[in-house]
Amino acid sequence: MIRKSLLSLLGTLWAGAASADWALNMPRGVTELSAETYDLHMMVFWWCVWIGVVVFGVMIISLVKHRKSRGVEPATFSHSTTAEVVWTIIPVVILLVMAVPAAETMIRLEDSRNPDISVVVTGYQWKWHYRYQDEDIAFYSSLDRPSVEARPKNSGIDPFDVENFLLEVDRPLVVPKGAKVRLLITSNDVVHSWWVPDLAIKKDAVPGIINETWFRAEQTGTFRGQCTELCGKDHGYMPIVVEVVEPDAYIAWVETHQQTGERVATSQ
Amino acid sequence: MTTAVAEAQDAHDEHHGPDKGIRRWLFTTNHKDIGTLYLVFSLIMFFIGGAMALVIRTELMQPGLQFVHPEFFNSMTTMHALIMVFGAVMPAFVGLANWMIPMMIGAPDMALPRMNNWSFWILPVAFGILLSTLFMEGGAPAAGWTMYPPLVLQTGDAFPFLIFSVHLMGISSIMGAINIIVTILNMRAPDMWLLKMPIFVWCWLITAYLLIAVMPVLAGAVTMLLTDQFFGTSFFLAAGGGDPVMFQHIFWFFGHPEVYIMILPAFGVVSEIIPTFSRKPLFGHDSMVYAASSIAFLSFIVWAHHMFTVGMPLSGQMFFMFATMLIAVPTGVKVFNWVATMWRGSMTFETPMLFALAFVFLFTIGGFSGLMLAIAPADIQYHDTYFVVAHFHYVLVPGSIFAVMAGAYYWLPKWTGHMYNESLGKLHFWLSTIFVNVTFFPMHFLGLAGMPRRIPDYSTQFADFNMIASIGALGFGFSQLIFVWVLLTAKKGAKATDRVWEAPKGLEWTVPSPAPYHTFDTPPKARIAQEAFE
Amino acid sequence: MSDSTNNRPGNDNRSLTRKLLLLAAAMFGFGYLLVPLYDVFCEITGFGGRTNSVAEISREDPDFSRSIRVEFVTTVNEYAPWEFVADRDSMEVTPGKMYYATFTARNLTEDKKVAQAVPSVAPISASGHFKKIECFCFTNQEFQANEERAMPLQFIVDPDLPEFVDTITLQYTFYDTVRVSANDGS
Repeated sequence: MIRKSLLSLLGTLWAGAASADWALNMPRGVTELSAETYDLHMMVFWWCVWIGVVVFGVMIISLVKHRKSRGVEPATFSHSTTAEVVWTIIPVVILLVMAVPAAETMIRLEDSRNPDISVVVTGYQWKWHYRYQDEDIAFYSSLDRPSVEARPKNSGIDPFDVENFLLEVDRPLVVPKGAKVRLLITSNDVVHSWWVPDLAIKKDAVPGIINETWFRAEQTGTFRGQCTELCGKDHGYMPIVVEVVEPDAYIAWVETHQQTGERVATSQ
Repeated sequence: MTTAVAEAQDAHDEHHGPDKGIRRWLFTTNHKDIGTLYLVFSLIMFFIGGAMALVIRTELMQPGLQFVHPEFFNSMTTMHALIMVFGAVMPAFVGLANWMIPMMIGAPDMALPRMNNWSFWILPVAFGILLSTLFMEGGAPAAGWTMYPPLVLQTGDAFPFLIFSVHLMGISSIMGAINIIVTILNMRAPDMWLLKMPIFVWCWLITAYLLIAVMPVLAGAVTMLLTDQFFGTSFFLAAGGGDPVMFQHIFWFFGHPEVYIMILPAFGVVSEIIPTFSRKPLFGHDSMVYAASSIAFLSFIVWAHHMFTVGMPLSGQMFFMFATMLIAVPTGVKVFNWVATMWRGSMTFETPMLFALAFVFLFTIGGFSGLMLAIAPADIQYHDTYFVVAHFHYVLVPGSIFAVMAGAYYWLPKWTGHMYNESLGKLHFWLSTIFVNVTFFPMHFLGLAGMPRRIPDYSTQFADFNMIASIGALGFGFSQLIFVWVLLTAKKGAKATDRVWEAPKGLEWTVPSPAPYHTFDTPPKARIAQEAFE
Repeated sequence: MSDSTNNRPGNDNRSLTRKLLLLAAAMFGFGYLLVPLYDVFCEITGFGGRTNSVAEISREDPDFSRSIRVEFVTTVNEYAPWEFVADRDSMEVTPGKMYYATFTARNLTEDKKVAQAVPSVAPISASGHFKKIECFCFTNQEFQANEERAMPLQFIVDPDLPEFVDTITLQYTFYDTVRVSANDGS
């Protein structure tokens, strides 16, 4: 009986592990820099693993071998300058090995020259506003209807029945593949933060301040993210969706969405 | 535990003993009484903060809102953090300091006993005020314990009470810290020169200086919030020439040293326990002191690593990244020294040792994720996600709190005169250790997969790990009731000897168990002091 | 416990306590000192996209070898009742040369209103190099009911602008100076 239920539990775990729900790691993303960020993450991770193997390994050997129940007589040494110098210098060297590529990536992240498209992103309690600088396109992007209906307490709607529950918006940000998109991020009220993991971009939207960041998506697709700075009660309900499309499709999208040249900064 | 300790002390009342009843606790100036008060208070706060954590985890068990509204959820995360940081972890270490520092350095009491009474009794007032905000119009503070403006200025009636309670907590900590420094510097036994002090005392000396350096800065920052809200100043309001980001800088100038305020005393406790149960002196006592000092120094120049996404010049990002990475060096020295202390020792695994060992393992895991977070480009992905939640809970729960538990089990027989129930202690340890990992390890995956922190609800793709984390949290929470049971039955066990353990070092083991109400009325003779360390 | 019997010789609890209290008080003051320090720090590094908030005297010294695109972004804070736009979205400028731009704002209410425009520049490395000679953001702007007004900006982009900057974005956020607490807003 117990064995059977254990087996079925294992089965569930296995099935779960096979599905995407058990994502264990950071996505590699769809930009050059997101891949670089991923590589940095993995590099530091593996360093940590190896350091962990050594330190925990020594500790475990000690826990097994140097126990009183095995009749070990304790040694009496209480310091060793050599050892201490060694385990100060080795970490410094390892840190240098990590720091160099990290600094290189950081420099590339800051290089926002020659953008193809500029979009002003404004955070609101609790939605995003996008304005394409050169296209007279501006719109709010809020949580889409199915999620809005499912989100209240005891709404009676199972979140699992809602596609992309809490991660779908009414109007996504649309950008062409391969274009360098510069985002100018600011806020209307409190501090928000604009994050799309697949683009490896996270930048705070601070009222009164304009922040700049950029990405160049190399694959088409729909990429989702969320606000990552606590911004009040609906902080969990202002997702971000970026649709990366082929350049032709983007041009068509711009044509259908071009507005009447209205360039007003009022906020209603 | 209160009664157990009280009775124990009544029995050993040598000259002028404690008052009877409530007056004893209200007006006490005895370091042992005040230590007990701090520890009991912190335990109560640990359960209140823990209950809030369980509200959070219960809501997050499944996608969709089942139990609370988002506003209340945000209040819970905010209050949980404030209570655990200022009400549970910090007072617990101050309690251990009060109990143990005078006994470890051969002093009769704390240097400023009346101030000691005040610094404790301010705390219940502060937390009474903070908890009362739960019943106020507009709800309890919900802008996060970091209190970032402009959001925090949207707090309802609770706002001034939040600020006032933070002020009181700050005053209490500063007074406690002054007391500890004066005691350590002025009242050591004649032959105890600084570098000979026990490592716990050393760690606390450094911590106390950190407290005096940064708690006033926090007080300043929240005062600025208060005047911005009510008195027309514009420190953080862009319209009047202020800057909301400046608050983040000032807050984290306090906040990062605060992190070490919560971990340095833990290092101290663990550094006392591991040598005792390894039957071998602490490896590299002096380099432990230097490492703790370097960590304290570095903590002042790394604050902006909490703000890599805020928009900083490249040079700033580089500086804070490199400075942050440097912290790994002294922290590494500490871990290596603990391992070297165990190496070729003769170890036994009583409950305090088990907690101390789990501390070394799990704190190191928290240190690894800390190193990952130091890498600025990667931090952009980790920042404000559950990865960060996993990181700081690994250093705070199996870090700081396990060290408090270890310390409590280690010194409990000295306080009560009886051995606690060892098998219950071990059960408490194993359940805590298993559940703490079940709770916090999956959070690494959640964060990497893209789940932001401080959200009341989440997309279905995060459902499985959240379920596991919630089960772990409930398990961890209820396992702590075993600890309460161990404390309540602390007097039932066998009589403890004066030395309690087989080979502990230090003056506290030269006094009887339970420690009499007054110890070291005259400073210990140099010979006794020396023997205590041999 | 008594100071005299148990203290180490020459150590006085009172004076040490006083010193430590003084240290705590000094650190409280330091918290406030961080405010001007932060401002200085921002002016130097351009941290937070900070640009000069008082008029800057700058000589013209054109560098015709470069052309920089200056973009204007306008934001209205907290749904304040303003219409606020830049008259041009962007312009190409030569570093070291003086330029003019105008912004138009309209009070959408029937009451007198006072606004404050808050400037911010991206990227951060450019913010110290964007010199405003004259700007409507240096002072409060008073608007009568329904008044619409053009407001001038006069600026020079410093020829020392780092090589790797080719676009500068200047943002103004329009604040209503009569502060409305979020609690009594709807």
